[in-house]
Amino acid sequence: MDFVNQLQRKFIDYSSSLHREGIVDDQFTQLRKLEDENSPHFVMEVASLFFEDCEKLINNMAIALEQKQGVDFKQIDECIHQLKGSSSSIGALRVKNACIAFRSFSDGQNREGCLRCLQQLSHEYSLLKNKLQTLFRLEKQIVAAGGSIPRVH
Amino acid sequence: MGLKLQQSYHHSVTVKVNEQMGTKRGYTFIQANRAWLPKFLLLWVMVMAFLSTWIYKKMDADNKVRRKEVLSTMCDQRARMLQDQFSVSVNHVHALAILVSTFHYYKDPSAIDQETFAEYTARTAFERPLLSGVAYAERVVHSEREKFERQHGWTIKTMKREPSPIRDEYAPVIFSQETVSYIESLDMMSGEEDRENILRARATGKAVLTSPFRLLGSHHLGVVLTFPVYKSKLPPSPTEQERIEATAGYLGGAFDVESLVENLLGQLAGNQAILVNVYDITNSSDHLIMYGHQNQDGDLALLHESKLDFGDPFRKHQMICRYHQKAPTSWTALTTAFLFFVICLLVGYILYGAAIHIVKVEDDFHEMEELKVRAEAADVAKSQFLATVSHEIRTPMNGILGMLALLLDTDLSSTQRDYAQTAQVCGKALITLINEVLDRAKIEAGKLELETVPFDLRSILDDVLSLFSEKSRNKGVELAVFVSDKVPEMVMGDPGRFRQIITNLVGNSVKFTERGHIFVKVHLAENPKPMEDPKAETCLNGGSDEDALVSGARQFKTLSGYEAADERNSWDSFKHLVADEELRYDASVKMKAADEASQSVTLMVSVEDTGIGIPLIAQDRVFMPFMQADSSTSRNYGGTGIGLSITKCLVELMGGHISFISRPQVGSTFSFTTVFGRCKRASFSDTKKPNAEDLPSGFRGLKAVVVDGKPVRAAVTRYHLKRLGMLVEFANSVKIAASACGKNGSSCGSKTQPDIVLVEKDSWLSGEDGGLSLRTLDRQQNGHVFKSPKMILLATNITNAELEKARAAGFADTTIMKPLRASMVAACLQQVLGTGKKRQPGRGMLNGSSVLGSLLCGKKILVVDDNMVNRRVAAGALKKFGAAVECAESGKAALKLLQLPHSFDACFMDIQMPEMDGFEATRRIRMMESQANEQMNRGTEEGSIRTGEWHIPILAMTADVIHATYDECLKCGMDGYVSKPFEEENLYLAVAKFFKTKPISDS
Repeated sequence: MDFVNQLQRKFIDYSSSLHREGIVDDQFTQLRKLEDENSPHFVMEVASLFFEDCEKLINNMAIALEQKQGVDFKQIDECIHQLKGSSSSIGALRVKNACIAFRSFSDGQNREGCLRCLQQLSHEYSLLKNKLQTLFRLEKQIVAAGGSIPRVH
Repeated sequence: MGLKLQQSYHHSVTVKVNEQMGTKRGYTFIQANRAWLPKFLLLWVMVMAFLSTWIYKKMDADNKVRRKEVLSTMCDQRARMLQDQFSVSVNHVHALAILVSTFHYYKDPSAIDQETFAEYTARTAFERPLLSGVAYAERVVHSEREKFERQHGWTIKTMKREPSPIRDEYAPVIFSQETVSYIESLDMMSGEEDRENILRARATGKAVLTSPFRLLGSHHLGVVLTFPVYKSKLPPSPTEQERIEATAGYLGGAFDVESLVENLLGQLAGNQAILVNVYDITNSSDHLIMYGHQNQDGDLALLHESKLDFGDPFRKHQMICRYHQKAPTSWTALTTAFLFFVICLLVGYILYGAAIHIVKVEDDFHEMEELKVRAEAADVAKSQFLATVSHEIRTPMNGILGMLALLLDTDLSSTQRDYAQTAQVCGKALITLINEVLDRAKIEAGKLELETVPFDLRSILDDVLSLFSEKSRNKGVELAVFVSDKVPEMVMGDPGRFRQIITNLVGNSVKFTERGHIFVKVHLAENPKPMEDPKAETCLNGGSDEDALVSGARQFKTLSGYEAADERNSWDSFKHLVADEELRYDASVKMKAADEASQSVTLMVSVEDTGIGIPLIAQDRVFMPFMQADSSTSRNYGGTGIGLSITKCLVELMGGHISFISRPQVGSTFSFTTVFGRCKRASFSDTKKPNAEDLPSGFRGLKAVVVDGKPVRAAVTRYHLKRLGMLVEFANSVKIAASACGKNGSSCGSKTQPDIVLVEKDSWLSGEDGGLSLRTLDRQQNGHVFKSPKMILLATNITNAELEKARAAGFADTTIMKPLRASMVAACLQQVLGTGKKRQPGRGMLNGSSVLGSLLCGKKILVVDDNMVNRRVAAGALKKFGAAVECAESGKAALKLLQLPHSFDACFMDIQMPEMDGFEATRRIRMMESQANEQMNRGTEEGSIRTGEWHIPILAMTADVIHATYDECLKCGMDGYVSKPFEEENLYLAVAKFFKTKPISDS
């Protein structure tokens, strides 16, 4: 039981650190609240959807930006819009902020700025992915140890 | 990020500006030819130089013509005179010839000898001023020579004074004037010139002239005039031969032309100016000079020739005149031309200067215009920036509000609940304020539109007060609101704007007030006016005199006892208002009908504070934007100074006006009027707006006693309690309350026994016997069977020590912190009376989950979003509340799913989607539905299951909550919108509209 308690404490600490560092915002908490007996892995499911989506979009943008003969900023704009929407849905705050900065550069058709932002974005993305995966691992460990995942208040 | 956005925006603005400049800039002629200006100047100067040269030339030519005319006149005059004089002399010589022929030949013996001739000629010499002398020579043929020589006693000599050689004919001089006596006995025919002359004279019978030669004796140039003298009378038209034969001799005279002309010219004016030459031009190829020098200087360029006729047809003479000096330079012409040039140069330069100035001014003008456009663009950019930043602030604010909502769902004590609610209300107010910042741009553009919705004025005032409660409590300033009973419960108007005005005014007051109170009072504007105005007048005038006398010592009958700038809120006038209300309470029922007949109600709102006031100098610019009383104000108190200007705009938009009375160091009272529509009861009963706060009805009929020494404050307390439906009585002090209670208790029993006693802290502390009286109050109650009244302490701020003391004194139940709000009072009373354990179902925050669950459970909902993650999250959120969710990833897919008939109850639609966006999809769905409805109406006999029409509620899901988007949503047929990501409360409000008011028939 001590072990479970310890894990639970660790889980709470970790998730509040995510909030503190601004990696996720309260929308993420809202998502967590949507988890119940009917859909116990709702967050994980959504997150993996998000990761998939995100990787695809980042890839697309990287390809679009490397086009030597004129960058299709419209396409980039669409990608950014998508990414911004999904990141704000999942509550990935820092990814979303990166998207907003990105958007201003793509509006200004600034290729250099876009490339820089893309780098920033993929950095934020991998950070988020790492952090969330760690969180999910903790969650699984708690479940495996027979405990329940503590609700965040 | 906002900056970058702005930057990119700025680019587009600049481009636009440039385009605008290109099309708008009106080029004038001068502006268009600015590069040509120096060339124009140069051209002008050249043309003028040319013109002045021409003028000079013309004047000079005129001069020359005049000169020539003068010369010709002078020349002709001289020639004529010379000719006249000459012919006079010739005539005289002619007369002499006739004399000689008459007295020498016709008389016999001759009447003339040398002596007579010499004397006669000498005495008549004045008649012949031009002749140096005259002489007579007789014709002698060779055959008569000897006889002649003997007769005269001398031999004929030649001109060279030698005895004459033998010739056919001789012409020796026999008579001579004394001046030429040296030629006596000389043969005139020995001289070549004279011989020719003689021959010609006797042949023609007229006076003839020799060509000029050097005269004997004088060596002057001269000519000799010769007349023939005939022996006998000649026939009327004699032949040449007859003349020769009749010739007896010759009379000759020598003209000394040189001295002659010299004399003549000497008589005339201006003889120095001209040079005269006289020529014999008989031989046209060789002009013989008669007068003047052959080689002369003088002005060779100009000469005048005049013909001279000396009466000898054989000889021709002419006079040539020329000026002595060359024509002088014409200074007049030169000066005139030069002055003309200078004047034109100056005129040209002035014009050039003017043109340059015009160009410069126009340039400046264009520059200013450009700057103006730029400034306007910057203003637009600023608004854009504000909008962006405000939008960014909303996001974290949503987090805060969400967490507070969560917190309120947990089990909290009343204090905690109050704090949390306050925090939430403040957060909401902040969001509202951000929206107001967005609206500022609209105010500036004059595009602000006021809403007209029913709202509860009182709850808005409560909200605003709670916004500032923390601040005022810390400062120890009493904050209170009072709304007259006659103000309708619900009015039609713009609650947001009203709140903004109140917030601004109260915010200002809180900022500038360190002690005393801030009092917001609302009453009908029509009622108190006739009664109050004169009173206010006397209050103001008389009051201030009194203040000077007893300042400090006097307790003002205001809310907190501090003096206020405008004494209209003091008890003296306030009690009239309250009393009036009470008196008319019955009448008001009757009046209600009349009241409701009028469509609008004018409210008078005043915000009174006892702050630092506004310095007199600053009072007239209080409503100007960005103007605070002085620069130190913003240093000490912060703020931008824009609040009051917005407030003024808003008040005027709402059909009222704002004014203030302020006395430095005493306080300020801002009052404004505003016009609201009356709300029809029917309309607001079924549309319970979120701002219409539901007050619990559990306190209806309870009795309360308010113990307060200050009547205004007591009235405020009563106002709040009355709103809860309680009956309220006043007591000036605890003692009076206790005695009244006791009396009532003993005589009338339970009926008048108060349930609650509210004691103001000041009254409790001021009364020495406070504790004692309370105890008696307690004891009396204990003596009876009734439950004891609950004791509640009212305080603005309270220290822990005081709190302890209060507890000890009997206020065990609770302490209500001011400012009072009906909802807060209700919450406290609930706790005190024990009714608050269970949460009131309709009260305060709508408990999201359960209500939403009941609304959404079993409903079939379609979520349309191209973003997979968004779709999943939205679906998850809706499923949580029991809805059955289906998803579509594009507008097209949604259309397919919504082909009629379908079983969906609602549709959540993302707006920005590729291919077909939410607006377009909605339009198509609506089109589809209207077609289906038409068909259905046509074939009602088929007995379809649905009696209603097809109309699926479509809600937009959008991240930006700009009004324009909302308008667009409604325009294309949507029913509402929810902000993304979902927020329980928001979702509830949006969904409730349909599922409550529009029960779905087939669910």
